Amino acid sequence: MSKNTVTARFRRVDVDEYDENKFVDEEDGGENQLGPDEGEVDSLIRQGNLMEALHAVLKNPPINTKNQNIKDRAEGLVLKVLSAFKSSDIEKGVQSLDRNGVDLLMKYIYKGFERPSENSSAVLLQWHEKALAAGGVGSIVRVLTARKTV
Amino acid sequence: MSLCSFGVEPLSCHAWNKDRTQIALSPNNNIVNIFEKKGKEWVKIHELTEHTERITGIDWAPESNRIVTCASDRNAYVWSLKDEVWKPTLVLVRINRAATCVKWSPLENKFALGSGARLISVCYFEEENDWWLSKHIKKPLRSTILSLDWHPNNILLAAGSADFSCRVFSAYIKDIEDKPGPTAWGTKMPFGELMLEHKDSDGCGWVHSVSFSASGDQLAWVAHSSISVADAAKGKEVTHLTTDYLPLLSVLFVGPTEIVAAGHDCCPFQYTYKGPGALEFVKKLDMPKQSSKTTTSAMQHFRNLDKKATEEDSTKLDTLHQNSITQLCIVSGDKAKVEKYSSVGLDGAMVIWEFKQWGRDVELPALDSGTDCGEFEDDSFLSVQGKLGSF
Repeated sequence: MSKNTVTARFRRVDVDEYDENKFVDEEDGGENQLGPDEGEVDSLIRQGNLMEALHAVLKNPPINTKNQNIKDRAEGLVLKVLSAFKSSDIEKGVQSLDRNGVDLLMKYIYKGFERPSENSSAVLLQWHEKALAAGGVGSIVRVLTARKTV
Repeated sequence: MSLCSFGVEPLSCHAWNKDRTQIALSPNNNIVNIFEKKGKEWVKIHELTEHTERITGIDWAPESNRIVTCASDRNAYVWSLKDEVWKPTLVLVRINRAATCVKWSPLENKFALGSGARLISVCYFEEENDWWLSKHIKKPLRSTILSLDWHPNNILLAAGSADFSCRVFSAYIKDIEDKPGPTAWGTKMPFGELMLEHKDSDGCGWVHSVSFSASGDQLAWVAHSSISVADAAKGKEVTHLTTDYLPLLSVLFVGPTEIVAAGHDCCPFQYTYKGPGALEFVKKLDMPKQSSKTTTSAMQHFRNLDKKATEEDSTKLDTLHQNSITQLCIVSGDKAKVEKYSSVGLDGAMVIWEFKQWGRDVELPALDSGTDCGEFEDDSFLSVQGKLGSF
């Protein structure tokens, strides 16, 4: 009768790793991306100039970097700015962004949904509604299909 | 435009015969049904059953009257009509994954087959041994081929793939054809030569569908959230347009500058391309019906509010198709000037659309509930909408 192999560790080998023709993402130089400038954004929030703060925080998105800390810091900063807005001003804020800005904002919103804190989801949902009106379903599709995300 | 319902199963793919009296389609299983138009009805005249798995592609060669089918069972068959019966011939495609799409070349002496095995199989008939042989294009494909389209010169082949790139290859087969002359895409074209490769850097997703223009100088493709055109006449420059809609699944050049694309939004869209940097959305080609709301009793009204939190009782979509459109196909005219094109979708319906090159707005009558075809005339306007029964 056949004898079972003693060890079954070979079953845990990931064969696809050793495939030469495997698809690999391009490794773009992402080391220089540091995310939005914290000092600048904080000072703008304190001044009450929320539109400028929104534009500033959407600059320099840490898309290509592999450093998770930079990404987390950027997300926290964006959340701060979004929470500082008054509900009635959200729509104006979204209107002031261009196409790429709306896509980027959507990416941050969904990133924020991933790790909800006390009040973040409510704020994010309000922003989501306005951003959806501006960007359409296409902006959400782009969040889902982007290989390099914030 | 007219709609025909072929049941409730999604239609995976379809192909027309030369004079558009017969249509071959597959209702999401391993059988190809050929329907013939008798008067206003479509009657099933043939059933092609050779495949063992779901059929993924059908193409009907108009001149030589041969059908090629491919399926998830890693096989492709070429069918010829002998004595009113379709006889299959196996093609040796040598793939170890499912076939995804198949297209006859313009001269019908070969066809290309895309597969999940990350390669394109270009198949031609060898007279000596009386069988179909294949040659593979492997490099630099990195993932499943999702769609193919031939250039009018019978040599170049465009392929959209799941590795986010759209490519143009040369499929020149020495044994069966003469050396091709130079085109705007390049001059040296040995088999498998890559003439264009374009990868969307900001992640626009898989390339679902590709289409050459009538002259072959422009290539349009749709990805998850964008539509793009590469122009060989202008230095292979690529123009990109991100869309606000759900992903488009199929694209077709219908004129020298007009493109129609359709997808999960269940409605064909028209785009226009006038040159590099000038790719624009024109309009939706399916105008929503004017529906007259039948009067509901007060009880119905409150019952709806209570149960479904809505006053509407209808779950029907406004568009003709009730589910995503998966494939577009030319019915009359050629790519330089399409007059009619057809679309099939996941709702089991096939719709023939008329393309008005000069964009005249048309008033649509409502669709009446029935499973047979409804013809819509341009100027009549029926205002009563029947409701389909709930499923």
